Amino acid sequence: MDDLFLLLLSTLDSTLRVSAPLVLCAMAGIFSERSGIIDISLEGKLLAAAFAAAAVAAVSGSAFVGLGAAIVTSVLMALLHGFACITHRGNQVVSGLAINILASGLTVTLGGAWFHKGGQTPTLSGDARFSPISLPGSDFLAEIPFLGTIYVELISGHNLLVYIAFLAVPITWWVLYKTRFGLRLRAVGENPQAVDTAGISVTFLRYRSVIIAGILCGIAGAYLSTGQNAAFGKEMSAGQGYIALAAMIFGKWKPVPGLLACMLFGFLDAMAVRLQGVALPGIGEIPVQFMQALPYVLTVILLAGFIGKAIAPKAIGRPYVKER
Amino acid sequence: MKKLFQTAAASIIALTAATSHAEDIKPAVVFDMGGKFDKSFNEGVYNGVEKFSKETGIKYREFEVTNPSQREQAIRKMAQRGADPIVGVGFAQGPAIEKVAKEYPDIRFTIIDSVVDLPNVQSIEFKEHEGSFLVGVLATMASKSKKVGFIGGMDIPLIRKFACGFAQGAKYANSSAEVFSNMTGTTPSAWNDPSKGSELAKSQFDKGADVIFAAAGGTGIGVYQAAKDEGKYAIGVDSNQNHLQPGTMLTSMTKGVDVAAYNAFKSAMDGTWKPGKHALGLAENGVDWALDDNNKSLITDAMKAKVKEAREGIIAGSISVHDYKTDNSCPAL
Repeated sequence: MDDLFLLLLSTLDSTLRVSAPLVLCAMAGIFSERSGIIDISLEGKLLAAAFAAAAVAAVSGSAFVGLGAAIVTSVLMALLHGFACITHRGNQVVSGLAINILASGLTVTLGGAWFHKGGQTPTLSGDARFSPISLPGSDFLAEIPFLGTIYVELISGHNLLVYIAFLAVPITWWVLYKTRFGLRLRAVGENPQAVDTAGISVTFLRYRSVIIAGILCGIAGAYLSTGQNAAFGKEMSAGQGYIALAAMIFGKWKPVPGLLACMLFGFLDAMAVRLQGVALPGIGEIPVQFMQALPYVLTVILLAGFIGKAIAPKAIGRPYVKER
Repeated sequence: MKKLFQTAAASIIALTAATSHAEDIKPAVVFDMGGKFDKSFNEGVYNGVEKFSKETGIKYREFEVTNPSQREQAIRKMAQRGADPIVGVGFAQGPAIEKVAKEYPDIRFTIIDSVVDLPNVQSIEFKEHEGSFLVGVLATMASKSKKVGFIGGMDIPLIRKFACGFAQGAKYANSSAEVFSNMTGTTPSAWNDPSKGSELAKSQFDKGADVIFAAAGGTGIGVYQAAKDEGKYAIGVDSNQNHLQPGTMLTSMTKGVDVAAYNAFKSAMDGTWKPGKHALGLAENGVDWALDDNNKSLITDAMKAKVKEAREGIIAGSISVHDYKTDNSCPAL
């Protein structure tokens, strides 16, 4: 029983680690898409930010400087996306895809030119990484059975960026639903004409939302290369930006359901790792392939049967043209 | 007259022999996914061909495959440009080499880690199960919990061969040893996913393992990092990876890919290149375990003695290590 409890805790612990970048990217996606800009460039921003964080942290020796560089890089890419599809009314999917391809090539090329390690960055250690934080009270709370164990094993001991990732959810919710900016942002994704008529600049609003998306992706990228891992490796984002995009749609473009979707994906991933090669009573050993396909199979089943229709913001993907 | 003719013929033969001796070759190498700086398999090949290039001054063409569809294109492109010999790195290039080698029967191809049965292809394989056996012995002896782990990259028979040899070695050192085995994935991206590697390592540590052997290309970097973070041991693969995390890298299972690549170029230059199947094991120094300044404090005399005993046993044939690929099953796992 105790073993099972600890196994569950370690699985949930791993869920938090795996889903942190997904959560950040999904929130980024919500900001961008609720304002009417399709954001498949999450993946590219994530990758570019991961590279910037690792490269700058390796040179400066500070994880925080790396984080800053990651955010700046990701925001620049977001602005590029904005420039193409807000100012010049380009196709948002094409622009996003272009950014993904750009990030994929540029990171390896620059990495190769700067560090001569074929696109990898030097291994980081010490202050150049975000190390686990032991939350206050871990020592004496560990004595308390059950709740104390949960606190120490599950909640404490992550790095700063994991906490930021989970804090991003209530903040996103508050900004979207409780502030004037959030109301306008949602309105511009549904009916930009109405917002324009009210005398608010659609362009400026949309730019601000893609910048916020850039900041969040930047944090996620820094987490990948300086928190979860200790170096940048090429294509290290491994499709997580796309998974976050799927989670966001799965969560109907809403922060809390989006968080739950990310955590479900993270949990299935953590389960897959732990159930590999383990013989379950009555079923026998589950093939690796089955466990790895499970998140996708579940997504299809849940989307088809249980979640209901996911309705996108009405004006999504359509560049706003002021009527003359 | 006749004598004069004979000497002339002999000197012509000698002359042609001399030119073929220092044959002007245009070697090429096609690295596989993971890239030539994966600190592992591809990097071993890179070191071998670099050594050849430095020694002889002969430049080589190279290509790094970044997605599966490029393999055949890259190899064919090399052949079209007149490269000879062409070295293909990794089992995944087998089908591509086979196809192109048929189209260019006059060009010599060397494939490392796979077998292509054609008259102009040299296939070099390693007996990874033997090397893995040795590091399995070391792993169990270094483990306090007598629980050791294996993390593979893509789930293919070759990687299961590593896992199987490792498990047999672990149980040879201590029959009650427990071995966990995980694979990162079923697609080539499994070679390049350090985050997943780190998660897999942490899950095995949670189960009580304290030494993990990773045969997973770039994914292994995450495994070694996780071992460092948790204060446990990891074992590297293909190249000597002890320097990556000094102090927590117990050892590395080295494959002589650098020597194989070097020899492929060198023998082509000397004219001693031979097609056919070559399997390099402990007896041929094709596989080994790495001992250097980074890990010598971790390896005790008892471990050295035990691993020496195992090595001699395998070479003499008194210990037989089961090769997973012969029947796709592993008695030890």
